[in-house]
Amino acid sequence: MPEKTSSYDPESLPDLLPIYYKKLFPYGPYFRWLNYGGVEKNCFSHREFSFTLKDDIYIRYQSFSNEKDLTEEIQKRCPYKIDIGAIFSHRPKEHKTVKASSFVALKKELVFDIDMTDYDDVRSCCSGADICSKCWPLMQIAIKIIDRALRDDFGFEHLLWVYSGRRGVHCWVCDETARKLSQPGRTAIAEYLSVVKGGESQTRKVMLDDRPHPSITSAIDIVRKRFTDYAVKKQDFLGDDDKIKDVLQLIPEENVNVSKGVNHLLKSPFCIHPKTGRVCVPIDPDNVDSFDAFKVPTISEIVDELNHVEPTSEDGKRIKDYKRTSMKGYMEIFDKFLTNLEKTWKGKLIEQSGKLTYD
Amino acid sequence: MDFSTRRKGAKKEVVTNNTSQKLQFYKIPPTETVSLHEFEEFALERLKVLKAIETAGEKFVKTSSEYEAYVREQLRNTKFSKLLKSEKNDENDSELRSLDNVSHFILRLAYCKSEEARRWFRQQELDLFRFRFSLMSESLKKKFLVENNLHYESISDEEKSKIQEQLAAVSNKGTGVVESLEYFKVHFTDVLDLVQKRKVYLHKGHAYVAYDDMISLLIGVYREHLSQALAITARAIPHLEEDERLLPMLSGLSKRYLGSDYDVKKSTVGQVTADMIDMLSKKSFPLCMSHLHSSMRQNHHLRHGGRQQYGLFLKGIGLSLDEAMKFWRSEFTKLIDVDKFDKQYSYNIRHNYGKEGKRADYTPYSCMKIIMSNAPGPGDSHGCPFKHTDVDLLRQKLKNMTIGDVYLDKIISEVKAGRYNVACTRYFESVHKLPLEYQAQTFSHPNQYFEESQRTLNGENKPVGIGTPQRSQKTMTTTSTENKSQNKTKSCIEEFDTMDDDFDINEVIETSA
Repeated sequence: MPEKTSSYDPESLPDLLPIYYKKLFPYGPYFRWLNYGGVEKNCFSHREFSFTLKDDIYIRYQSFSNEKDLTEEIQKRCPYKIDIGAIFSHRPKEHKTVKASSFVALKKELVFDIDMTDYDDVRSCCSGADICSKCWPLMQIAIKIIDRALRDDFGFEHLLWVYSGRRGVHCWVCDETARKLSQPGRTAIAEYLSVVKGGESQTRKVMLDDRPHPSITSAIDIVRKRFTDYAVKKQDFLGDDDKIKDVLQLIPEENVNVSKGVNHLLKSPFCIHPKTGRVCVPIDPDNVDSFDAFKVPTISEIVDELNHVEPTSEDGKRIKDYKRTSMKGYMEIFDKFLTNLEKTWKGKLIEQSGKLTYD
Repeated sequence: MDFSTRRKGAKKEVVTNNTSQKLQFYKIPPTETVSLHEFEEFALERLKVLKAIETAGEKFVKTSSEYEAYVREQLRNTKFSKLLKSEKNDENDSELRSLDNVSHFILRLAYCKSEEARRWFRQQELDLFRFRFSLMSESLKKKFLVENNLHYESISDEEKSKIQEQLAAVSNKGTGVVESLEYFKVHFTDVLDLVQKRKVYLHKGHAYVAYDDMISLLIGVYREHLSQALAITARAIPHLEEDERLLPMLSGLSKRYLGSDYDVKKSTVGQVTADMIDMLSKKSFPLCMSHLHSSMRQNHHLRHGGRQQYGLFLKGIGLSLDEAMKFWRSEFTKLIDVDKFDKQYSYNIRHNYGKEGKRADYTPYSCMKIIMSNAPGPGDSHGCPFKHTDVDLLRQKLKNMTIGDVYLDKIISEVKAGRYNVACTRYFESVHKLPLEYQAQTFSHPNQYFEESQRTLNGENKPVGIGTPQRSQKTMTTTSTENKSQNKTKSCIEEFDTMDDDFDINEVIETSA
């Protein structure tokens, strides 16, 4: 495998996870995100989490009343993987106490799962689960195209991009409109974004009219900017202009399945990828080009860093453990995302408290 | 982003059905007393209308005059005969409105339980709505929009000139034409079908919709309303403290036109074993399933969409869980080891058989579901071959399968008209050596195709009307087994059987080795 996972050894995961969950997992910011300011009650307590435990034991319908409850349960279970599901009509852990037909998924972020294996048609360096510095730019192009379309076309503002730890990237669209989208709404957006159509029975994978939709034109612009660099230097395509259509296949074919359903689970940010040991860290969409998947810290690195850095800052104040490790920079990206997100509910909270006074 | 002001006065919207028009969004349930007899009668009458709409859509292009003529003809003998009459305040009007309203709500109750039923009902109601709206005069259309608070302000010329090029690119018209058109600015969630097809210009969450596309907006609003209403109804039904008069009637109604959902009947479980599948896939599988089968044999793998579509179909034809496990494992483990298979795929298979998760007993996908949802992407083999294959490639494939020219031309023309189930039915006739258009009923379910095929092959469905030997002869000219198969369908089946047996034995040896 071309990816260097430095000192990480998958065998050590059971020993490292308890330390990670005890000292490094950012419970505070994580809760602040999923609680959405508490504007809508139950939006945290009715959220489904699922855990994958040792030996692939998979438990669904976990839910927690608050940050403390969440923290304790994660620390107790030390899951190999955490998935985030939908906000349901009832507390997921009590789902067996209500009629199956009345237990329904109500809301969820709009999510996209871009996987490098979807690009096997156009990359010549690796295939399947492997990635290398030659094909990672494909992912960067994908992020840029989707990010632009979601913001400019659909008007979404709160996009959380997360590295999946190995070969993929997830996007969580957290705007209220997105969280409330119906299944047809999700399908429509997913289809709008996919240019590459058709399975193995369809010959032309990219359908382009003579006058492409403005959204495609923008995507082409993004691809064109990166094309020379990517295609010629890294993938040995012919650098000829007619080939640009082939390269349009670079336009993301995100895993539309995940995007469509309200009731789908997606791996949570800040999980550890069990194979590579890398933390699923946020990616700053404004600086995609500088995001290097091979520099994302592994669990063994950050646990190691903990042991070598003083637990207090210079002025003697105790600082969060994760800020003392190379997770710091990634947490700043998350904080930036949270700060913007918080603006959306501040107004609402004032509005709500105002109502109380007048009533 | 704030969209609260998007619809003029939407917040103050007084929900009412009391418009001046017959067409409505069915927002208020009826309050009048309905006798038990009427309850059923009204529902059945509306079902006739919806069925007519469905059949019309299968036979004709939705905007064609044939479509209109067919629906009109079908409605003539129903209580809804005056539904399509132009707006006049004759005395029957209020009666008709009440019938329209009551019957809609009864069917909503009857068709809310399964996803399949909701999908069917919603689709027919939407088509009916679209059709009724298309028959209205321009002034009434405008009035309808206003009365339903869907009156959007058109964008100013200034705003339009700024985005003229984008609008032109989307509509495939010249900028000059765009200039003369009236455009409306709406939230993208109101015109999802335009968004999905990338037929509208989007900017910052707003969709710029031309006046001609406003029906799409109406349909979008109606669809959302109906989906939501059906979901709420489905949730409420378990709490409905009802005497035992209505519920049985409702469940009877919902089975009426959907046909069987091909859930596994006890009698069929175990009838099919893993080693029979190769043979069956050649004889009795619809094209979508035989394609999945060969794709799996070829790649020793199927992606999720394919596993779902194919796995549930197999379950529907009577493959037991144990046999299913055996079937998938033997193929997948040619590529991955058993351990990995057990970890990654066996959960999914048990889940489909209701042994994991919420333990729902999943039913096989219907054609509508396969055609309408989850189009295959790169590397996927699922979907409907008639819809999801390029026409030229499809023609070539069918030619290689020695489908006769007469059938082939018919299939291709149906595909081009978007009537994929009809194309599939013609394919069935060709494969089973039946005269063209012998099957009166169009297939709506892959399992229906399978059962029909089995019936035909077992001689229960003898083509009595083979009075057109020239025609069937012609279609077989490309068949290699021409001479033998002409005489009797039976002999050709036997021949297939022996062929398949050989193949099967090899396959079994290979997998068990």
